[in-house]
Amino acid sequence: MISKRRALTYIVILLAAAAVVWQYSNVPAPDEQAASVLHRGLLTDPESMDPHKARSTQAGIVLRDIGEGLLGYSATGELVPGAAEHWSVSVDGLTHTFSIREDARWSNGDALTADHFVFSLRRLVDPATAAFYSQMVGDIVNASAIIAGELPPEELGVEAADDYTLTITLERPVPYLLSLLTFPSTFPVHPGSVATYGDGFARAGNLLSNGAYKLDAWEPGSVLALSRNEQYWNNAATAIDEVRHHVVTQEMTQLNRYRAGELHITGSVPPDNFAQVQEDYPDELHIAPYLGIYYYGFNLTKPPFKDNPGLREALSMAIDREVLVESITGRGEAAAYSWVPPGVDNYEPRQLKYAGETQDERNAHARRLLAEVGYGPNNPLQIELRYNTSDSQQRLALAVQAMWKDALGVETTLVNEEFQVLLANMRAAEVTQVFRSSWIGDYNDAHTFLSIMESGNASNMPRYSNEEFDALMQDAADQVDPKLRRLYLEEAERVLLSDHPAIPIYFYVSKHLVSPEVVGWGDNVLDYHYSQHLSLAPANATP
Amino acid sequence: MGAIPTLLLVIVLAFLMVHAAPGGPFDDERVLPPETQAALEAAYNLDEPLHQQLFNYLSGVVRGDLGPSYRYRDYTVSELIGSAFPVSLKLGAMAMLVALIVGVLAGTVAALRRNTALDKFVMAFAMTGISIPVFVIAPILVLLLAVKLQWLPAGWSGNEGTGRLVLPVIALALPQVAYIARLMRASMVDVLSSDFIRTARAQGLGTTAIIRYHALKPAMLPVLSYMGPAVAAILTGSVVVEEIFGIPGLGQFFVRGALNRDYTLVLGIVIFYAALVVLFNLVVDLLYGIIDPRIRRR
Repeated sequence: MISKRRALTYIVILLAAAAVVWQYSNVPAPDEQAASVLHRGLLTDPESMDPHKARSTQAGIVLRDIGEGLLGYSATGELVPGAAEHWSVSVDGLTHTFSIREDARWSNGDALTADHFVFSLRRLVDPATAAFYSQMVGDIVNASAIIAGELPPEELGVEAADDYTLTITLERPVPYLLSLLTFPSTFPVHPGSVATYGDGFARAGNLLSNGAYKLDAWEPGSVLALSRNEQYWNNAATAIDEVRHHVVTQEMTQLNRYRAGELHITGSVPPDNFAQVQEDYPDELHIAPYLGIYYYGFNLTKPPFKDNPGLREALSMAIDREVLVESITGRGEAAAYSWVPPGVDNYEPRQLKYAGETQDERNAHARRLLAEVGYGPNNPLQIELRYNTSDSQQRLALAVQAMWKDALGVETTLVNEEFQVLLANMRAAEVTQVFRSSWIGDYNDAHTFLSIMESGNASNMPRYSNEEFDALMQDAADQVDPKLRRLYLEEAERVLLSDHPAIPIYFYVSKHLVSPEVVGWGDNVLDYHYSQHLSLAPANATP
Repeated sequence: MGAIPTLLLVIVLAFLMVHAAPGGPFDDERVLPPETQAALEAAYNLDEPLHQQLFNYLSGVVRGDLGPSYRYRDYTVSELIGSAFPVSLKLGAMAMLVALIVGVLAGTVAALRRNTALDKFVMAFAMTGISIPVFVIAPILVLLLAVKLQWLPAGWSGNEGTGRLVLPVIALALPQVAYIARLMRASMVDVLSSDFIRTARAQGLGTTAIIRYHALKPAMLPVLSYMGPAVAAILTGSVVVEEIFGIPGLGQFFVRGALNRDYTLVLGIVIFYAALVVLFNLVVDLLYGIIDPRIRRR
């Protein structure tokens, strides 16, 4: 029998031993510098490492490290050759011919050939794959019919003339085709491993990559571990040996891990601590315009907003966007007066007509408009504003509620719903009046923003439908001449803005903390940051 | 074996509730074209009538197949639970152990030094632990010990070893330490003033021997019966702790699964939790019998 004193002694010894173990087991990440490991924060798990089954922007971040399309982007966001060394376009803009690099390899050493792209693009549009982004290549000959199950995938307008020559034939000119071909959905998958493993081909251990890195392990909810793909054609230019994409869903936790030196790059920066972060890390905080719009949509199928553009315009005018982006969102977002964000290639966004007025002028103007459609002190407008449950959405909704009340005397009821419930309600368009939504561009072209407002587009949440707008979009689609096409698109946006189917509120920005050790980081509107463009400088090289 | 109807009821109710929630696993602001939506639903048999889906699901569960995850399309639910449960178990078991040892010790010491400064300190500490929620304690611990002092890791992934468990275990155990200390003190005070202890003292036994051989066992009974609720509290607490520290445990998958409408993942975890609770109740009943012979005789 041990005495109480002895027991106490044991406990003290145990505690001391534990302390020693912790001390040694807790090796902070940057100490791994010698092995050149990059630690990046990811905000959610990818859905899959199968490029056809992946969906989220977070999945895209990892896929761009392990796969490569025909083209890619440079660190600063310019289109550069990828698996294709060069390419040419026919005069009518319908036939694209790509020369695949003869030194392009899969991570097992197999040559990457043109028929792998044929296989993969067919798989993308095959209804049996049920790919989220099949519509993205819907303009390739027969693609839409294949997606709808009317033609077999073999009928797709993609051919391999020989091992290194790929032709893609389009039904109509798609000026942004090259930028589509940087998107992970168009990345090749290895036909042999799809045949061998079936749906399991994309799991770590089975997955073959043709990009700068290969997937070593994926612990769901925790980390995706990547290491250098020695077979990659441009391996000599890859500086960092290993990349860890840490899945950390809380922005706050990412910030703490960055502060503790466990992450080199964060996926975002939490709103609540933004001012503090700006003060603490002025040189490490990267805020850049991003191709995304935050908007309030109107339900155009029900009163009071159906057939009532004056009312919609009045509500749109009375929102003081400058106040919202300065005091509510406060992370460098830009007030939105157009539907297409600034920074889109070969495009100049149109502006809402009142954009040049001061807020006082807008408010006076809005009051007149409201009176014209029959609302005023004797007949106050009562509306409902729906948003998904979150602190930042709530703050913005409260501010808009106050602005509408002060400027127009409108009584707004705020309704917050879980995101999936809000989505279901928006799609049903039965109970919604004003709702919050957003759109992130898939490629660097105005089309990705304007096309969702075409009649019948599944993502057209306000249910906007205007023949003039649809015709202009069709005219733009039929144009080979990029200058004319641009004019049609810009005119379409002008029509859209004058109908006020939605209130553009602000344009998103990308927000990252990037450690001073990371070299080669470039801010760009698509927020693409390939690990292969980055390198790590020793921590003590910076003051 | 009354557990089987209970589990069946849990499964059916959970199935209906999950499917009654608006939205579906493939909904997003980027609405899918109808053909794609239909193809996806067909691939996961979501296009069948609900009763048929329930039947399919139940027959799968009977065979031990919890189905594929809708969100993690490369994984099955069983695989996800299989990877997450050991993490949660380690975290939960360590928190429970810490809570028991520290709680029982602190409670006993407080009872022995009744109404002294030490007693007051322990009880004040316990009160604080009970009243401050985990989601407040955890970030404070991280800020202090991981960010400012950099003694311990701030997150999970990429930090090997036990270091990454320390802060989550403390955050999870603290409220339980507090509860157990208070329970232990009260019941120890009670036991120490009872007749058989006085007899033991009269026979000349020392305090240590009295505590060890006579007082500890009966005083532990309330603590033991608190173990069931404590396990439940640690399970729910781990949801918050796993979220804050980014730990890939069951709690985090449960929350994410519910928000993403990953029907099979949520159901799988519910079934798993329900089976665990049934099991724990059984274990506590058995333990009770071992510690208190009066119950065994009945």
